Amino acid sequence: MNRIRLFDHLVLMLGVFVMVAPVVVAFMTSTHDAADIHRNGLSLTWGGNFAETYNTVLTRKGGFTGEITGARMIWNSLILGVGFAAGKIVLSMLAAYAIVYFRFRLGTLFFWMIFTTLLLPLEVRIVPSYEVMNKLSLTNTYTGLIVPLLASATGTFFFRQFFKSVPEELLEAARIDGAGPFKFFIDVLVPLSRTMIAAIFIIMFVYGWNQYLWPTLMTTDERFFTLVRGIKQILLVWVGSNIPDYNEAFALAILAMLPPVMIVLIFQRWFIKGLTESDK
Amino acid sequence: MKRVQFSSPFLPYLFLAPQMAIIFVFFYWPSIQAIQSSFYLEDPFGFGSTFVGLSNYSDALGSVQYQSIARFTVVFTALVTFLSLGIGMLLAVKADAVLKGSSTYKTLLIWVYAIAPPVAGLMGMMFFDQHIGPLVKFAALFGWDMKVGLNYNDTAIAMIIVSVWKQIPYNFIFILSGLQSIPASVREAATIDCRSGFRRFWTMTLPLLAPTAFFLLIINMTYALFDTFGVIDVMVKDKAANNPITLVYKVYMDGFRGNDLGGSSAQSVILMIVVFVLTIFQFRFIERRVHYN
Repeated sequence: MNRIRLFDHLVLMLGVFVMVAPVVVAFMTSTHDAADIHRNGLSLTWGGNFAETYNTVLTRKGGFTGEITGARMIWNSLILGVGFAAGKIVLSMLAAYAIVYFRFRLGTLFFWMIFTTLLLPLEVRIVPSYEVMNKLSLTNTYTGLIVPLLASATGTFFFRQFFKSVPEELLEAARIDGAGPFKFFIDVLVPLSRTMIAAIFIIMFVYGWNQYLWPTLMTTDERFFTLVRGIKQILLVWVGSNIPDYNEAFALAILAMLPPVMIVLIFQRWFIKGLTESDK
Repeated sequence: MKRVQFSSPFLPYLFLAPQMAIIFVFFYWPSIQAIQSSFYLEDPFGFGSTFVGLSNYSDALGSVQYQSIARFTVVFTALVTFLSLGIGMLLAVKADAVLKGSSTYKTLLIWVYAIAPPVAGLMGMMFFDQHIGPLVKFAALFGWDMKVGLNYNDTAIAMIIVSVWKQIPYNFIFILSGLQSIPASVREAATIDCRSGFRRFWTMTLPLLAPTAFFLLIINMTYALFDTFGVIDVMVKDKAANNPITLVYKVYMDGFRGNDLGGSSAQSVILMIVVFVLTIFQFRFIERRVHYN
């Protein structure tokens, strides 16, 4: 038995090594200076250049217009992540409330119309979506960045599923006590959904923060760049330079993964709950 | 649906209005436009468009380049799905089996989920860099001169490795939570009936995991088809000419770099059909063969 356990642990440790080592190397390397990396390659030891590199990355104005800093990109990423998560929760709770708790004629039709959005991801309709945004002159705005991403049904289904599991007696009791639809929603359903809201918020924040294709299309003005969208620009600057700024590229990669990774680690339980229960 | 419901002539519409408005403007309108413009040839200077019937479709499907990209997409999707699902399952089964340190392993294995595909691609670029990349040096030990970004196959392999790496935690999380929902009584009965752990896995664990695994199969295919866009975009750095790309990337290239609106829309519609078929397949065909507990 013991021999088998040991083997299990070996497999797991190998797995952990493969998943964790690249990020550790990326972080350690980012604390060296560019010439050092160029000479000695990636590194597993502390380079002592941490403050300098990260300070440059966060505050130096760069890009083609010379107006964008790392800090600004982090700010934009935060707006996208939080805006997307909050928008998603509000929209989908309201829609799910209508579908589960109201009897109305077009209910089934609306349900299927929302359901259909699950069939076609944004990636297959990027060009026409871009055209629509152009017509509405929403390119290079936060609205254009966030709102179109909300046009999918994932959150609605999650809350629909949850509302259906709420005991019927609650509504009966609330109605006997004279609560109307608004009161029932705000005083009963929202407090009941607190953990669900937290779980969904985490998933959606990570999803929003990590968006790449849509921000790439929507924002050509560097002031609206998110960190993840800015990555491509960093790589393009490399082409043609003698000693690429490996340290800065690694530092930006670390900054781009830090907030979502921290959230997943800190709220691990909610994160797993939200993930495994929302996608089904 | 609930037995007890509110009935109000306008309230449900009010609650649904924001969601429906956004879906109409940003989902139905563009989707219909994609279908419509796939039948037209756009004038490159913006002077109107001509109806060309199905010729955008036949141009796309008939082109040698499109066919080779489609072939690569199939191989790429199959490998990414198979490898990330396989490795994720292996790790989940092991994490479920060990008694000590299970939650530590879990924590260490899941957080890579939060890394965005292009960020993973950026890291991949540096690990496969010609000058500093440790993985290139490692390959050189076996006499393999990896040239990621220049050599078609080498780039493909690097792209697959990065995409799989990024997707392992997702599969791990789902399979582990599936494993943990298997009742202890079932496990104990199986342990009494069958001593071989390997056989227990095939005859008890895997059938019970089947719903999760099939769900993950579809999710992984969608991931490989669409979400890897960031990995590919970062790793080919706009020089798609000699590098492997997927069909979604070609839609993007033709639509935004090549300004071929009709052709790009036709390709979009082809992809829509692929996704549609996948989803129908998921609902109709696969679910029937799965054991539910």
